[in-house]
Amino acid sequence: MIRRAFPSKYALPRSPIGPADTAILLGLFLLFYTIARVGSGFFVAFKPPSLSPKVYLDPVNLPYYAARSTLRMFIALGGSVLFTLAYGYIAAKSQRAEKVMIPLLDILQSVPVLGFLSVTVTFFISMFPGSILGLGMASLFAIFTGQVWNMTFSFYHSLITLPKELDEAATVFQFSKWRRFVSVEIPAAMIGLVWNGMMSFGGGWFFVAVTEAITVNNNSYTLPGIGSYVAKAILEKNLKALGYAILTMVVLIIAIDQLFWRPIVAWAEKFRMDKSTAATHASSWVLDLLRSSKLPRIFSQEWRKVRRRLPEISFKRFRRPTIKLTWKRKKSRINEDLVFGIIIGTIVVGAITVGIHIITSEVPAREIFSVIGLGFLTFLRVVCLLLFASAVWTPIGVAIGFNPKLSRIAQPIVLILASFPANFLFPAATIIFIRLGLGLNFGSIILMILGAQWYVLFNSIAGAMAVPNDLREMAANMRLSGIPLWRKLILPAIFPAWVTGAITASGGAWNASIVSEVVTWGKSTLTADGVGAYIAKATTTGDAPRIVLGVSLMCVFVVLSNRLFWRKLYALAETRYRLG
Amino acid sequence: MATVTQLQPLLRIEGVSKVYPRPESGGSFTVLDDINLSVYPGEIVALLGRSGSGKSTLLRSIAGLSKPSKGTVYSNGVAVTGPNADVAMVFQGFALLPWLTVNENVEIGLESKRLPQKEVKKRSMDALRLVGLEGFEKAYPRELSGGMQQRVGFARAFVVQPRVLMLDEPFSALDVLTAENLRGEIADLWEEGNFPAKSVVLVTHNIEEAIMLADRVVIMSSNPGRIRGEIRVTLNRPRERNSNAFRSMADHIYTIMTKPDTKITPVLQESSSLLDVTPLPHARPGAISGLLELVEEYGGPEDVAVISDRLRIEADDLLPILDAAVLLGFALVRDGDVTLTETGRTFADAEVETARNIFRDQALKFAPMVTTMHEVLLASRGKPIHEDFFLDLLDEHYSDEEARNQFETALNWGRYAGLFDFDSDEKLLLLPEE
Repeated sequence: MIRRAFPSKYALPRSPIGPADTAILLGLFLLFYTIARVGSGFFVAFKPPSLSPKVYLDPVNLPYYAARSTLRMFIALGGSVLFTLAYGYIAAKSQRAEKVMIPLLDILQSVPVLGFLSVTVTFFISMFPGSILGLGMASLFAIFTGQVWNMTFSFYHSLITLPKELDEAATVFQFSKWRRFVSVEIPAAMIGLVWNGMMSFGGGWFFVAVTEAITVNNNSYTLPGIGSYVAKAILEKNLKALGYAILTMVVLIIAIDQLFWRPIVAWAEKFRMDKSTAATHASSWVLDLLRSSKLPRIFSQEWRKVRRRLPEISFKRFRRPTIKLTWKRKKSRINEDLVFGIIIGTIVVGAITVGIHIITSEVPAREIFSVIGLGFLTFLRVVCLLLFASAVWTPIGVAIGFNPKLSRIAQPIVLILASFPANFLFPAATIIFIRLGLGLNFGSIILMILGAQWYVLFNSIAGAMAVPNDLREMAANMRLSGIPLWRKLILPAIFPAWVTGAITASGGAWNASIVSEVVTWGKSTLTADGVGAYIAKATTTGDAPRIVLGVSLMCVFVVLSNRLFWRKLYALAETRYRLG
Repeated sequence: MATVTQLQPLLRIEGVSKVYPRPESGGSFTVLDDINLSVYPGEIVALLGRSGSGKSTLLRSIAGLSKPSKGTVYSNGVAVTGPNADVAMVFQGFALLPWLTVNENVEIGLESKRLPQKEVKKRSMDALRLVGLEGFEKAYPRELSGGMQQRVGFARAFVVQPRVLMLDEPFSALDVLTAENLRGEIADLWEEGNFPAKSVVLVTHNIEEAIMLADRVVIMSSNPGRIRGEIRVTLNRPRERNSNAFRSMADHIYTIMTKPDTKITPVLQESSSLLDVTPLPHARPGAISGLLELVEEYGGPEDVAVISDRLRIEADDLLPILDAAVLLGFALVRDGDVTLTETGRTFADAEVETARNIFRDQALKFAPMVTTMHEVLLASRGKPIHEDFFLDLLDEHYSDEEARNQFETALNWGRYAGLFDFDSDEKLLLLPEE
């Protein structure tokens, strides 16, 4: 048999360190250096408020500021992951905890995070007196609360919908709780966790931009970062610096997408359980680089060696096989439930009473009614935003989604657009409003649209891509086109995706109203009538009763629209408009 | 039926080819190659072929859903350039809209015709009555069984009163009994003479289905899809599956369909390329040994149609397994009958370890891709080799998808034979540890 000689690269014994390894080592070195350099800035002493760190508009400083903001994002992400695993696990495993934890999660998800800034900032600064750490913690906390609920819901949902056979297999083979958690539950939840983490992380930039430079209780605080850089640029009316910041942000988002999220998404593909949907083949050059490198393998081999020598760590409660647990604890159930219910009820009633007391002691009844009116105004803005985004982006999303080549290009771009913090663009919009003499009452709708529209677009694309090919062929064969085609096929088919997008967009818009109903450029300030502006004003002056009033009203609006409207649409999407 | 208009075909397909470009390699992949076919009024034509023969693509070209790369489809004398108004299609997966009721699903077919509401109601009721779905107008597809859902699919096509009815494997998503029942009803409707279409084009990989329904069976070959020839089915209707004429026709077609691929290569040919590209039939070792055991159990030569029937698997799924058994020198096929060779019999009887060894010897002798992969690994002196190396080689001869399938089949065989291991995280092939 005559055969061609093998390509030399396969025959040559590989040197222990190849080019891939060098690249990875260099990358790791760079990463550690940056963290060490940037991290040291977290503990700088300051005396609030006069001596808080200065921000300089020289673009040379931008990489450093960007790195600080990024580090904050990742710390918050780490915190979110830990919280998600713990909260989701407990809620899924304990029936009693579930009864409180899930509604609570639902409420927390609806609460506008930015409304609580005055409380959290004051609290954290008093926790770490004389250090910038307190401010940093407040910012971290805001980012954390902005991204964590989604992830927790996703994880909880994966846990309770764990494929039955996997669950049974884990039980039959007597997995310890730990083993079950690590090798069954986390892998089953991985894809949802990764995608939700990525989307929530993208949303986090918005909070970075807001929380790095804030005025609370008449004190202005600054935390060095890309957000405070923008704030300073706005104060000094420096358009050029603003441009640099936007550019930096774009580069940053793309870099994090390429270096961090893409590899994780591509890696997580192996946890996919339904083989059919694996058609969306995610690939990442970073992951390919890591896989072709020897370092991870050497590392994991060494780790295995070390682990074999370690004594087995035993968590006694944790290691007990799970079967036994299901049989006990049935008897005194009713009594315990009653006590439990009374405790929870007391807490809820107490909180409401205290809240009402705080509000009514300072705010006259007439003002309360006018705030309800302001809530309606903001509500109308959210509705306008949804109408606009749906009317414009749904057709475009469908056109993209029906074209596989186009959607492969467009989808990552839309993801990046959705991650871009819209408030970086607010100053530019503000200038235009001032030039045109357009009041913020309408202008703020545009500001909200800037941030929230992408969710509608992104989900329309995803929805259109998921329409089965034979349904589209059937429609062509039956020569449906124009309005009948949209009415009979397209709109119902993308309805579930649209609902998801619209819920996300409206949630984002309520939150954004707090920063988009009051905007400034230099010394000029534009204000809109709305509950967002009301909260923002109360926050600046530290007016606690009005903050509580504004925030709780906004919560009521969000929760009511969720219960009365979105939940029904969602149920409809799940039953009638579910494909397959 | 209409014998006078026999000369004027309803559909005329002239030199139709379909080529898909392959962006990475700059080459292309041919699905349909120079198809010429006419369909006349009053006949049922079955397009019979294995997967990869492009029969569904041909159907879509006729329906105007897919544009041919070369050639033209004429429908009623007019060239087809967009969705063809003369045809209505029944889909393998039903393609019903879950948010519409049965009635609304059926009326979809009339949407583009802008008929008065009364006429729409009347026509859709008639169509539903024809398929036996009276009383289910207000039901949603989700509430119906698979067989009933496909009845809705038929009603939706009937309501259009198309010149030609296009059936794209309409019974293959149904269980055996339901499929048999529905197939029988469609045949009855045709025989009664008031069928709502003049002609039918049926795409199928089920030989008996083709004989049961068709007047002409057009047999297609795979990779690229070509028309190999056609067989006229002159059996009297209603057709009896167990009649001798039916059986011998089925055997005849089975033989034709098995023949081009039953190349027995007793000696390995010299090859100047690194890779001998004799394609491997996509069958798992477990399935091959299962089939052999079954034939061995029944003793003598076994009829392919009987095996297919007994195993309740479609010819499309059975043939690759059979081909693999033949390629590996375990079995012979003659006139639609399967016989085991000496090696095949030993293999079927052997216990696991011995069976594995026999399989290894046969694979090394007759499956060139497995041999190549094994030799490359031996020559690399224990270094693992990335799958892309082999996929790149295969890519020169096959479409991306087929290259992947070929690779996976070779991988399955080699792993079963204990010739190599595969690390699916890193996508590396390695020699098994001793």
